[in-house]
Amino acid sequence: METKPDLNIDRSIGDFHYDMNYEFDAGIGLSERTIDYIADVKKDPDWIREFRKDALRKFESMPMPTHWASHDLDNIIFKNIRYYLSQGTQPKRSWDDVPEDIKRTFERLGIPEQERKFLAGVEAQFDSEAAYSNIKAAVGDQGVIFVGSTEGLQKHPEIFRKWFGKVIPTGDNKFSALNSAVFSGGSFIYIPPGVKVKHPLQAYFRINAENFGQFERTLIIADEGSEVMYMEGCTAPKFETSTLHSAVVELVALKGAKIQYITVQNWSQNVFNLVTKRGLAHEEAEIKWIDCNIGSRLTMKYPGVIMKGRKARGEVISIALAGDGQHQDTGAKMVHAADDTTSNIVSKSISLGSGRSTYRGLVQVGRHLKGCKNNTECDALLINTESRTDTYPAITVRGKENACQHEASVSKISAEQIFYMQQRGISEGAAMSLAVNGFVNDLVQQFPMEYSVELKRLIDLEMEGSVG
Amino acid sequence: MSLNIQNLHANIGEREILKGLNLEIPKGQIHAIMGKNGSGKSTLAKVMAGHPDYEVSAGNVTLDGLNLFEMAEPDERARAGLFVAFQYPMEIPGVTIANFIRAAVQARLPKGEELDAVEYYGLLYKKMELLKIPRDFTSRAVNEGFSGGEKKRCEILQMAMLNPVYCVLDETDSGLDIDALKIVSEGVNAMRSPERGMLVITHYQRLLDYIVPDVVHVMVDGRIVLSGDKSLALKLEANGYDWVEKEVLQQA
Repeated sequence: METKPDLNIDRSIGDFHYDMNYEFDAGIGLSERTIDYIADVKKDPDWIREFRKDALRKFESMPMPTHWASHDLDNIIFKNIRYYLSQGTQPKRSWDDVPEDIKRTFERLGIPEQERKFLAGVEAQFDSEAAYSNIKAAVGDQGVIFVGSTEGLQKHPEIFRKWFGKVIPTGDNKFSALNSAVFSGGSFIYIPPGVKVKHPLQAYFRINAENFGQFERTLIIADEGSEVMYMEGCTAPKFETSTLHSAVVELVALKGAKIQYITVQNWSQNVFNLVTKRGLAHEEAEIKWIDCNIGSRLTMKYPGVIMKGRKARGEVISIALAGDGQHQDTGAKMVHAADDTTSNIVSKSISLGSGRSTYRGLVQVGRHLKGCKNNTECDALLINTESRTDTYPAITVRGKENACQHEASVSKISAEQIFYMQQRGISEGAAMSLAVNGFVNDLVQQFPMEYSVELKRLIDLEMEGSVG
Repeated sequence: MSLNIQNLHANIGEREILKGLNLEIPKGQIHAIMGKNGSGKSTLAKVMAGHPDYEVSAGNVTLDGLNLFEMAEPDERARAGLFVAFQYPMEIPGVTIANFIRAAVQARLPKGEELDAVEYYGLLYKKMELLKIPRDFTSRAVNEGFSGGEKKRCEILQMAMLNPVYCVLDETDSGLDIDALKIVSEGVNAMRSPERGMLVITHYQRLLDYIVPDVVHVMVDGRIVLSGDKSLALKLEANGYDWVEKEVLQQA
């Protein structure tokens, strides 16, 4: 067993790992045999095994999207990656039953403590499978289902199969195809009609192994008039070699339902984070993505909402912090597919050192529609001359009486501002942290308290590291 | 014990602005520097604070014997007890006054010690009352959208909260109407103490009716050329600066 000494001065709380003897290991590289191994271990039904194999073929036939995306993608060597590692497929319902090293990992990340304090349910994924999954009895008694994807498809096929792969088809992009081929872990959530889950459900995704790919698959269905807030956190240790995280998250909000999905990621700098997230909002339903992207080598993520029913609402609030050597390529997709639908995008990015932020936004309003509204606001903050930021909005508004508004700004933290703060006794690093926290302050206030504190802490760590 | 400036030379780029400035402000006293635009008054404040645009080519500044220029970073000098109330305070978007001052107070505590929030707000509200600043001010972003008077009051509030040993007030009267001037002056006067020295930089003698200095200095072309008591300020007000310059030329 190997641990890093002195945790207190470690600037990245997630930077540690344990050497594990995995019970199940699909080996290195990707082929039909890998798929069969995963399907065997997970005891997948035939339709899922077929779904995976079809996805593998799609993945193999699709080119890398480097004609528009970063060429850094070419540095992902798929044949060197391990696609499935686990200590068994059954998550434990009690922390006491979780294997010691895994339990210790999550304790160091503070998960059991948060669960006691303010969560309605927790799923903690370690590499390919959830090690722990539990919801509070009161929530379960209301008929809420909160389990891993494997348990979801096995025990609740009637709901699972109806929506799985429907919001994000396998061939949506190369990485959704990859995920569909080798997916493991992630959450399956169903909220019965009218049930409003008071406290958030949380998933935590932990990568422990080197040269590994994590491919969780989440499907959340909020039935008519129900409400749920889901939060996910993620970390990985810092390895020399690259790690791949490629998730697919599908949300379905039926008539009048509300889903809020919050991500606070803090990946280490070797992680390629290529995630597809999309929600389908039926009549008068509301889907809100709150997405905080800190860390990783390259993040590509554009949470989307398809507003399928009249008066549906979609919202994406995103904060991206691109430190030295990092590229945050993020944005939002809003597809208006019914009358009187409204969407809101607020994106704030911070680039420091040689960090690079890219915003890509897609807003579509069809020809036959009326009364649709979109508001897009996109602000970038640059913290030195090397930093780079780009904005690529794609807005297609047809039809009558539709309104679309796009605002973008770029600002810098000036030497004068830093000097002013330093004259008050605040160190340069703390001054930059303050300025960055100020920049994102209005968005952070929309977060649940615990997460805004966490985000502030992550920004502080990142800024301190950048000043040296 | 004093703020002691000896033969200070400083330049911005190729241009020398301070050309051998000497000035000593003993603890417990208030000194005023008066002078025309461009004589180097604001430069003196910024050079002492450690503004990165200025280069010190010669001379020394000591803070109760501590060499100021041995402290490389502006924040070290600030924590050593130097405070500058700026003529044009910067806006810090999104950072509330309460959080900003809190970070500054926190920076003065020993490592690992956390500021007591209740105590902090208690003190903050007390100082705000003195400066007639409404409570909701604390949740506004630092200097963002502030009027001239609000900016200056905010500077004095920070000064009152940070408890500096030496204060430099750069043109604190500019942009203030008479009521605001009175309030700000009261705030400054409340901080007069045998344990504190202050340097008031101003254009006009008006401010000195409210903040009465022990000594008045006249600055011309990067040097102190004349010093006297409060009456010197009145003389400058009545006769302008030209006669000082003539007198200096004659002496030279």
